[in-house]
This record gives sequence, structure tokens and C-alpha cells, in this order.
Amino acid sequence: MPMRDRSKLPLRPVAPVWAMMAGLALLSACKQPPASRIDADAAAAARGLSAMETVGCGACHEIPGLDWPKGRTAPSLVGFDDIGPIAGQLANTPANLAAFVRNAPAAKPGSLMPAMPLSESEARDVAAYLYRIDDD
Amino acid sequence: MLEPLWGWPPPVLDPAGPYAEKVTVLAWALFAMGLLVTGVVIVALWVAIKGPPWIKSKLGGEKVVWIGGVAFPAVVLTILLVWGLTLTASLTQGITGKETRIRVTGEMWWFRVQYLGPNGEVILNDANEIHLPVGEPVVLELRSADVIHSFWVPHLSGKKDMIPGRKLFLRVQADKAGRYGGVCAEYCGGPHALMGFVAVAHERAAWEGWLAERHAAQAAAPAGPAMPGRRIFLESGCGACHRVAGTEANGLIGPDLTHVGSRLTLGAGILPNNHGTLMGWIGDSQSIKPGNRMPSYSMLPAEKLDAIADWLGRQK
Ligand code: HEC
Ligand code: HEC
Ligand SMILES: [Cu+2]
Repeated sequence: MPMRDRSKLPLRPVAPVWAMMAGLALLSACKQPPASRIDADAAAAARGLSAMETVGCGACHEIPGLDWPKGRTAPSLVGFDDIGPIAGQLANTPANLAAFVRNAPAAKPGSLMPAMPLSESEARDVAAYLYRIDDD
Repeated sequence: MLEPLWGWPPPVLDPAGPYAEKVTVLAWALFAMGLLVTGVVIVALWVAIKGPPWIKSKLGGEKVVWIGGVAFPAVVLTILLVWGLTLTASLTQGITGKETRIRVTGEMWWFRVQYLGPNGEVILNDANEIHLPVGEPVVLELRSADVIHSFWVPHLSGKKDMIPGRKLFLRVQADKAGRYGGVCAEYCGGPHALMGFVAVAHERAAWEGWLAERHAAQAAAPAGPAMPGRRIFLESGCGACHRVAGTEANGLIGPDLTHVGSRLTLGAGILPNNHGTLMGWIGDSQSIKPGNRMPSYSMLPAEKLDAIADWLGRQK
């Protein structure tokens, strides 16, 4: 049994704005976070984390903020803030990410990640959470 | 996925049937008695320290020690013990008539579930999930295949140990339809904390429907004998540990997978059951439930995991 207190989701705080600025200045185009990463709304992100817990994304992925399980069948999402295109192929936008986590083979033909039982709005919440991952 | 221990009101104090109700009454009575005794002790202490001398000298007398220190606890504890045992005696009563019977065997670290017919014959094999009709007592026959486990659905009954070599009875009853979380309540090694199950209570007709569906699904299946997942499942040797009725897979080491697609959870109540978690479990159950007795099939490529999960998910 995952015995965790759901009221204490270990959400990481959003990086302070000055860190973003410094990051932008230093890293220029290659790691510029889309505006959505900065604005992603905290309530949506919290719902996203609980949706991921409910459908069991952790069975295959290590996901920051999810202390159990941490499956290793699929890539860890700890460094998700540093990836370029989603799954190496899709433009890194909230809409694409939401579509991908809900039905990966449809969003990226040939993807080995199966479709997951998320509603469209849950998928948007999951994307909001994933965009708040900040591994630096 | 259902939380048997957490939540408000706490499941132990939120009975959903007559057996759990008794446990709750007992718990409150013991709590009240404890409170009363603590109160008496505090007052006595206060008096002994601050009270007037005549009370102090009385309190220190031999009579007080005999009455307050020996007779009172002996009488109160005896009454509580007898009352508690009588109150909960019906929880462990065996079969008396035509009660629904389910055999639950604790295994390291999951629960084997067998529905029994009136003569004790197995009519359905399942795991980690107990379906019961609402509003009537269900007699569980508890066994263990290895070490001592303890069966506990706080909403429905008391705790009962599952002891190797013994057959013990526990009655459960749910008065409203719903899902109730359960756990193994006795440390049994390794991933004991990840050993749970779900009890699902249905109205009588729906429960009969559920049983009939399992049999119908089994008669119609094994889904798609031509599905690649079935071949890969058998080729990968899963059948050494798992049984899927209608195929050559007849292993008894792990949970029966004949109806795995109809279960709510995977891995003994710990993961939701869907295509993704099925793939994840087969591919790497050891990172999900470290130490469990199924090897991680990390050598199977995702396509094969996908095919197996597709086929298993259809085993309703
Ligand atoms: C069966 C295992 C499995 C499950 C369950 C699973 N995934 Fe995946 N996931 C994968 C695989 C495999 C990939 C790589 C896919 C690819 O490259 O096309 C992947 C890729 C991803 C990526 C892209 C990572 C990157 O570096 O680009 C994200 C984001 C993701 N998954 C999120 C999720 C979320 C959210 C869930 C739950 C709703 C989930 N996954 C459930 C297997 C899984
Ligand atoms: C060495 C024996 C063994 C082999 C081989 C094995 N399993 Fe298992 N399997 C188990 C055990 C034991 C469990 C129960 C694990 C637990 O929950 O602690 C299990 C659990 C499962 C479950 C979850 C069932 C449930 O209801 O929770 C699935 C699905 C499963 N195995 C599929 C497979 C597949 C597919 C293969 C072949 C690729 C396979 N197993 C090979 C022993 C085995
Ligand atoms: Cu245990």
C-alpha cells in the first residue's frame, strides 16, 4: 500500500524568477523554457501529480515528487526540464505533452509508451506538473 | 490503491457491517476504561502529593493497596476480558448454514483467493481481491502458505492471523456496497508493507452477476488464442508460476491470472490495473515491489511486454 499523506505533496517550489533570468542569459536558446513552464498553475500541477499516482505512471518512470513506485522500464523524468523535443520527436509544447501522456502511440506513431487512462483535462494537469519539474 | 489505514474517519472507527461494529464498540469501551483509570490515577497522585494529611495516611494504608491495586484491576480486567471475548466470539465462527465461503491464503506477499461451493469445492480462482454480497455474513477460511500473515479489512471485521498448517475462520459482512481496502497486518518479511487487497461488496444480484461473468469470460476465452501475447507469455515461461485456465500455463507459485484483466489492482493491491501498469509490472516488478517473488522481465523488449499486457488485460 502506498501509505502517503496526500495533503503533503512534495511539490518543488518554482525557481525564483532571477534564477530563470540568469538561466536565460547563460544558456540562450537551447534551454529556454517555454512561458508555460513558468506559469504552470500550482493547483493544476497538484491535480496532475495525483492523477499520475492514480493511473500508475510510476510503474515505468521515476518521477520527481512521486516517492513510490520508481519503475525503470522507461526513461526517468527527473531531468525532464532539460529535454528538447518530447520523446525525441514532438515539439515541446503543453498541448503536445498533454496529448502524448494520454495517448503516446497516437501522438508519436511507434512510441513504446502505451496509452494511459487519463481524461483530456487530467492530461493537461499532468503536463502542468511535468513542466514544473526543475532538476537544477 | 485503497487506503485501509488512513483517512477520516479512520477505517477502524468507521464500521461498514456488524462484525466491524463490534470491534469498534470494543475499541471505544477499552479507550473509555483507559481514560477512566488514567483519571483515577491522576487524582490519586494529586491527592497523595497535595491533599490533607488524613487522606494521605488513608491512601498509604494496606487496605487501599489491596482494594485499589489488586482487587479493582483484577475484577475490571476480568470483566473486560470476558465481555470482549463474548462480544467478538461470533467473528470467528465457522460455517453454520449456507453462508458464502471464500478461502484466502496468505502467500509472501500476496493473497490467493478461492471461492468455495457449498461442499468446499473451489469454484473460482482469483487473487488480491474479495468480492462479497452485501448484507449477509461471509465466512472466510484463512490459511497461510508460508509464514504468519494477518488478514485485516478494518471496515468489515477484526484482524485474524493466517497461520501455516491451520485453517481459521473469520466472518466479514458489508452492509453497503462499495470497495474497502485491506492489508496484511503481521510483518511477514521483505515487501510486507506492499501486501494489500481490496474487498468489493455488491448487492446480492450484482455479486451473482459478477461470479457468472467470470465463468462466462472463462468459457469464451482464453481471448484470442491467436493473439501474439499468448504465445509470448507461454514462451517466456510465465506459465511456470502462473495459471491461465484454458492454456498450458498451470503454475501455482504466483497469482492465478485467469481473470487478471478484471482485477482492480496489480501486485497485491498496490498498483492500479491498466495496460501501462501491467507492462511496467512485468518489465520491472522488482523496482515496483522490491524483493517480491516474480523476476523482472527487463530483457523483454517493449513490443513483447505490450503484446503480453494486451493479452493478459483481456483475461477477464
Ligand atoms: C509501460 C510503461 C510506461 C508507462 C506506464 C508510462 N510510460 Fe511514459 N514512457 C514510456 C516509454 C517506453 C517512453 C519512451 C517513449 C518514446 O520514446 O516514444 C515514455 C516516455 C514518456 C515521456 C517522454 C520522456 C522524454 O524524455 O521525452 C513522458 C513525459 C512520459 N513518458 C510521461 C508518462 C506519464 C505522465 C505517464 C502516466 C500517465 C507515463 N509516462 C506512463 C513508458 C511508460
Ligand atoms: C518465478 C515465478 C514467476 C514467474 C516466472 C513469473 N511470475 Fe508473475 N508473479 C509471480 C509472483 C510470486 C507474483 C506475485 C507478486 C506479489 O504481488 O508479491 C506475480 C505477479 C504477477 C502479476 C500481478 C498479478 C496480480 O494480480 O497482482 C502479473 C500480471 C504477472 N505476475 C505476470 C507475469 C508474466 C507476464 C510473466 C512472464 C513474463 C510472469 N508473471 C512470470 C511469480 C512469477
Ligand atoms: Cu505481511
